[in-house]
Amino acid sequence: MPKLKEIAKACKSKNAGPYELTLDIMFEDAATFEKVRKTGVICPELIARLYRVPVASVVFTEFPPAHAYKATIERRIASGAVGDTDVYGAQQHAPLLDVEIPI
Amino acid sequence: MVSASGILGYGFPESSLKAGLARKPHMIGVDGGSSDPGPHYLGSGKPFTNRHSIKRDLSLLVRGALANKIPMMIGTCGGAGGEPHLQMCNELLQEISCEHDLHFKLALIHSEQNKSWLKERVKANRVHALGAAAPLTDAVIDRAERIVGMMGPEPYRAALDAGAQVILAGRSTDPAPWAALAMHHGMPPAQAWFSGKMLECACNAALPKKHDCLMGTVARDYVEVEPMNPELRCTPLSVAVQCLHENASPVIHKEPGGILDTSACEIKPHSDRAVRVSGMQWLPQPYTIKLEGAEKVGYSAITFAGTRDPGLIGQIDNFVQTVRESVATKVAAFNISPEDYQFVVRLYGKNGVMDAWEPSAGTISHELGILAEAVAKTQDIANAVISVMRVTFLHTDFPGRLCKEGNMGFPFSPSDIERGPVYEFSLRHVVEPDDPCQMFPIEYATV
Repeated sequence: MPKLKEIAKACKSKNAGPYELTLDIMFEDAATFEKVRKTGVICPELIARLYRVPVASVVFTEFPPAHAYKATIERRIASGAVGDTDVYGAQQHAPLLDVEIPI
Repeated sequence: MVSASGILGYGFPESSLKAGLARKPHMIGVDGGSSDPGPHYLGSGKPFTNRHSIKRDLSLLVRGALANKIPMMIGTCGGAGGEPHLQMCNELLQEISCEHDLHFKLALIHSEQNKSWLKERVKANRVHALGAAAPLTDAVIDRAERIVGMMGPEPYRAALDAGAQVILAGRSTDPAPWAALAMHHGMPPAQAWFSGKMLECACNAALPKKHDCLMGTVARDYVEVEPMNPELRCTPLSVAVQCLHENASPVIHKEPGGILDTSACEIKPHSDRAVRVSGMQWLPQPYTIKLEGAEKVGYSAITFAGTRDPGLIGQIDNFVQTVRESVATKVAAFNISPEDYQFVVRLYGKNGVMDAWEPSAGTISHELGILAEAVAKTQDIANAVISVMRVTFLHTDFPGRLCKEGNMGFPFSPSDIERGPVYEFSLRHVVEPDDPCQMFPIEYATV
């Protein structure tokens, strides 16, 4: 079963303002995106489980024009606050990479 | 309209700006800011780009605009848009004007907020918390080093109406300069805002993604974008990807006074390098201004070391706990209260990047990097705590210890580094102004 890191064109994280983190998963073309979409694996529940946040707090959008999913969650800690480890939020994508997609 | 680059000071090829100006645009602009580099810049008043690189970009832009008799606008000057940031950009502009004998009408739009005014707004129940934030209190306002409001396009439009040729603005929502210019020329808000959304990061909307100039053309029913560097192109996909950029949602963009809804957008190639987008909608909402603030939380000192000892790596969590307790005891002997400092240990090779979010809790590298930090009420206390931490990490015993000369490899001498004051973002609120320009005084000058 392929992992997300083997079939995604981009899989990234970034701040959406100082208090939120946004995760983007993009695919090469509409066909791949549709195949992945049919599996239903990428969903708010997956994000909630991987990042240990309440599912109701996940802002989740499918965005077919970019063959992409977007999920936005609260940052673990505000950007740059004492104890933060990633001011730009640019290295929080790794938990997504090994997600298995049954296509 | 041309957007020169993603951020003022990130640079762009001069040839791309020339190509843009040859197309006779109605304005050139660049976004100058972001909260991404963290709270230090808003708190300290310093820019996150260098003076030399800002001056280089600003000089090309202002000379290009004046030669073509079109306005030049910079949003969120100096990175954070506070008063010192705006003044720094203004100083550089004055230097450039002297060096090149430039003359024009300048508008400076201020965005730093008066604390008493803000407290009155809180009392009047016209300030609202966003997300998980608590209601805003006077204490939070008082502790803030600096508070800015994120302006919409209206103050820019007022400056354009007054005949300003160069506009330097404080904290602004990123699309504001372009949205303002398009609306100034009678374009509808949906298309105007969308053009700003595309232009704010310039060639982030192109392939390959680069710091380069992007042209945006606004019509009543569409927006067209095209990179000015012939090596770059916009494709429907690259434009769609820009809709995802640094937003909570790719289809709902909350802005002052409304929502830009891109869910029904049609994105089509217009040439092999240009893309045309239609179907964007503007949904008016009650007018609010987002606030940003930063407060000083103390002074920091750090030390960095690595361990290559498998015996120590195997029991690193217990070892760090022993060090923490030992440091607390030693520091208490200096009559320093535990409330006056905290320490943070980041373990690179274990969970230094993701901390509590790290899924591979059991994985540990053959070597570990240890970044120890003390944050304290004064720099003196932070220095004292980090000094004790360094020695304690180096010489604390652990079961099975074979190398008793020292537990850590330190790459530097001196190994303790003062970081100075540290800040945290402290506001996550919006305020209802009486009108969109109320919070943003405009100062005009003839240069």
